[in-house]
Order: sequence, then structure tokens, then C-alpha cells
Amino acid sequence: MPSLTSQSFIKRLIQEDYKFFTGVPCSLLSGLIYELEDQQEARYIPAVREDAAVGLCTGAYLAGARPVMLMQNSGLGYSLNAFTSLNLIYHIPMLVIMSWRGKDGKDAPEHIIMGDIDKQLLQTAGMEYSLLNEGNCDSVLQKAKKKIGEEKLPYTLIVEKGLFDERH
Amino acid sequence: MKGTEAFQELLPLIKDDEPVVHANGFICRESFALKDRKANFYMIGSMGLASSIGLGVALCKPEKKVIIIDGDGNVLMALGTLAMIAAEAPENLFHVVIDNEVYESTGSQRSLSGKVQLEEIAKSSGYKNVFRVEKKEDVKPQFLRLKELPGPNFLLIKVEPCFDHSTGRVTHTPEEITERFMEAVG
Repeated sequence: MPSLTSQSFIKRLIQEDYKFFTGVPCSLLSGLIYELEDQQEARYIPAVREDAAVGLCTGAYLAGARPVMLMQNSGLGYSLNAFTSLNLIYHIPMLVIMSWRGKDGKDAPEHIIMGDIDKQLLQTAGMEYSLLNEGNCDSVLQKAKKKIGEEKLPYTLIVEKGLFDERH
Repeated sequence: MKGTEAFQELLPLIKDDEPVVHANGFICRESFALKDRKANFYMIGSMGLASSIGLGVALCKPEKKVIIIDGDGNVLMALGTLAMIAAEAPENLFHVVIDNEVYESTGSQRSLSGKVQLEEIAKSSGYKNVFRVEKKEDVKPQFLRLKELPGPNFLLIKVEPCFDHSTGRVTHTPEEITERFMEAVG
């Protein structure tokens, strides 16, 4: 049994008081989203597009929640304007869980370019991120907590294929 | 009716502690110039997102009536958010659209709302109560009626494009807007 599962990770996020979730699905995040749908303590709201998910998280934060958004890296393009003209300047934080399609150029053609540049896009926008793996869950959540709680800025966790189970 | 007149009718009907999320452009500027309030969230960019921000506030503050003051260009940019609002169906959400059929703050280029009825899209998405008003005297009664009925509700107000460009911009910094709003909303 792997130590980090969709179930254990969602439980962990809820323990950290992240209880408001939204996003646009990715197969790499499918296990997480199905887990969320089963939670009593958390809610998952399907968003139609990634920028709308950023808007929803923004409203949730303004109303006192700790929001989380899940998306495929293809959604970074749609959400980048929302991050730069809203969250980064208004200091409205959120946790972003972003899947990494197109890693090492091995994926369907539509994922290759974004899979190559997504980390650079985040860096250029001044958005901090960590690559989540089996062993660093505690430390990256600690970093996220600091960024979100103290600096009031978004923090992104990148999820590679195979880290969580896929349910499709 | 002029856009300013619609705001003059509406704003006195909003209670001090009711959160109002404003779309960017002249919507923000008009409202700010007429009556600045701490519970006003002003967007200076991120066109299209007032509705999803309002939805987030409404879902997390079910005890408060949350008002979104949107524009036709903003609604058209985020038609999918109408579906999200209808699907989540928060009773406390009230979506008001000031529809001047143009992108006025960028030089009055035409929008599609001259040909597409936004209130019909809201209705078929599943908003509970939807009204369209064109006369100034109808704004007040319809706004008050929709504000009291369980939502999500949608009020479309048709106005003439005649924004006075000397109207000032929002002078609070984005961070100040966040802080004041959170304090007011609690």
C-alpha cells in the first residue's frame, strides 16, 4: 500500500481546514475528486472553466473559507489572468492542485507544450509551487500554509501521473 | 434610463452589511462614485469573474444576501458561470445586470446583448426568478421584490450607454478592497 493515497491526502487537507474545493477534472486527479464527493466535511463544486474556479475560490476566501482548486495544467492558461489581475494583487490566497500532463514530452500532442512550460509560467508570474511526492506531503503543506496564511498568496502543488489512483 | 440613474435607484436599497460584488469597468466606478461602502468588492480587472466570486461568497455566507452587480460584457464572457450558479442554487444570491449593450469603458464597442437576451439564458439555466426592466420607475419595485424572494434571482436592467468618463476610478488599493470587504462581511 502506498503511503500517500487519494483518501489519505484528502483527509489530510480537511485536517488542515481546507474544506471548500472546486475545479475542472483531470484523469490524474480523478481519484481525489471522487474522494471529495464522498466527504461530509468538505464540499466539491464542479466549475465550468478554470478561471471560474479561481473566481469561486476568491469568493470563498473573502467569506472566510480556505479554498482549494484542482485543475489540469492545461487550465493554467485560462486561469493566469485571474491570478495576475486578481489574487496576486488583492492578496487573495488559495491552494492550487495542478496535474502535470505532458511530462518529459511523453503524452498526447496537446499536452506537450504546456507540460514543458507550466512551471516557467508559474515562476514568471511569481507563483510558488512544489512537486508533490510520496514523501514530502508534510513539508509542502507547511510551505503552502505559510504562503497562504502569512503572505496571502496562492500556492500550487503539482501532481505527476501515478501519484494518485485514477478512476475512469 | 441612464446607467447612473439605475445605480441611483438601486444603491439606497442595499443594506450596509450586504456584500456586493461589482464587475470591472464602469460598474465599479459608478457605484464607487455614488456610494462607497466597505462591503463593496470592486474588481479592477479579471473581467467575467464577478459572478463566480459572488457565488463563492454566497455559498460560504448563506445567512447574508449577496448581490452581484454585473455588466452585459462580463456576463457574456462567463456564461458558464450562470450554469454554476443555477446548479448550486444558493437562495441568497441576487444577480443584477446593468445592460447597456456595449463595452463602454473601452470606447463603446457593441456587445452581443443587443441581439441575445441574457435574462432568457439565466432563466433557462435555472435561476429561480428572472425579471427584465427597461423603465426607471420599475427598477425599485422589481429590485426589492427579487431581493426578498428565495434565489438565485436575476434582474436585467436595460440602460443607455452614457457613462461619464470623468467619473473617478476606485481609489482604494486592491489589498485595501480585500481587507475592508472581509471585515465588513465578517
